[in-house]
Amino acid sequence: MIDLDDTDRAFLRDLSRDGTLSAGELGRRHGLSQPAAWRRVRRLGEAGVLAGQRVQVDRAALGFGVTVFLGVKLATKGRVSLEDFERAVTAIPEVQVVQHVLGLFDYRLRVVARDIADFERVLRRRIMTLPGLGQVEANVVLTEEPRPGPFG
Amino acid sequence: MSIQIDDTDRRILRHLLAEPALPTPELAVRAGVAQATCWRRLERLSEVGVIQARQARIDWRAAGYEVEVALRFTLDKTAPRAFDEFLAAARGVPEVTGIETFLGRVDVRLTVIARDMAHYQQIYRERILTLPHIADIEALMLISTIKDSASLPL
Repeated sequence: MIDLDDTDRAFLRDLSRDGTLSAGELGRRHGLSQPAAWRRVRRLGEAGVLAGQRVQVDRAALGFGVTVFLGVKLATKGRVSLEDFERAVTAIPEVQVVQHVLGLFDYRLRVVARDIADFERVLRRRIMTLPGLGQVEANVVLTEEPRPGPFG
Repeated sequence: MSIQIDDTDRRILRHLLAEPALPTPELAVRAGVAQATCWRRLERLSEVGVIQARQARIDWRAAGYEVEVALRFTLDKTAPRAFDEFLAAARGVPEVTGIETFLGRVDVRLTVIARDMAHYQQIYRERILTLPHIADIEALMLISTIKDSASLPL
């Protein structure tokens, strides 16, 4: 595992707010030359800590007014049923996130839809027909607030 | 809803959301538009607030935070300011990487990360159980993320 110092953490904090910052700008902020800052960014990337970019969009302005988290419990378990379920669920375009979890449910899904009627369509036609599906619990998102985490 | 979005915008956004790290010249090729058009459209989408932010994604596991738990809370709604006070206190916990509020059986979800189980135990006891107005907590521990995309079926 990579050892992170205070400057690394500061870089990560700044980049998690604005991913378009150049190495030059990061260096200026934290007292490093552009090449030194660039080497750090490359090292964080190679270690997998900087794992690409995230684009945040106004989903409502694009016509996707509803986000729902689904807790899914499978009816049958075993390796084959997990693989079948995962293959089918990741192929649904409205499903943005699929997480395998331990606890009350087996999977956590994040689903986007245009409105509640559209969500019902996705739920009935796409989700309820998934192989091995057991119980489903839906929670409609009211607000979402990403937090900077321990380096913030 | 006053923001005008046409098919070209949608095409650019679809490819951008599917692969956010794509350099703009490459994005233009995928979306089938001229580079200059692509730059202009991206700039406009940012100006009108459709593109809100471009941020680096941190892989907390690679950074040494091995444990990620989704904690689902039911709050004691008999307290009039339960939501506000709970959320304000949760924002003060550095290991919380996301807060969501819901309409449903669950009121609030916190994503909590920790270096290992001992560290998680400590955060849970000292920072989570001490949050105000908790009626019930359920925990889902993350085993693996199979899909994580911001894609929209545009």
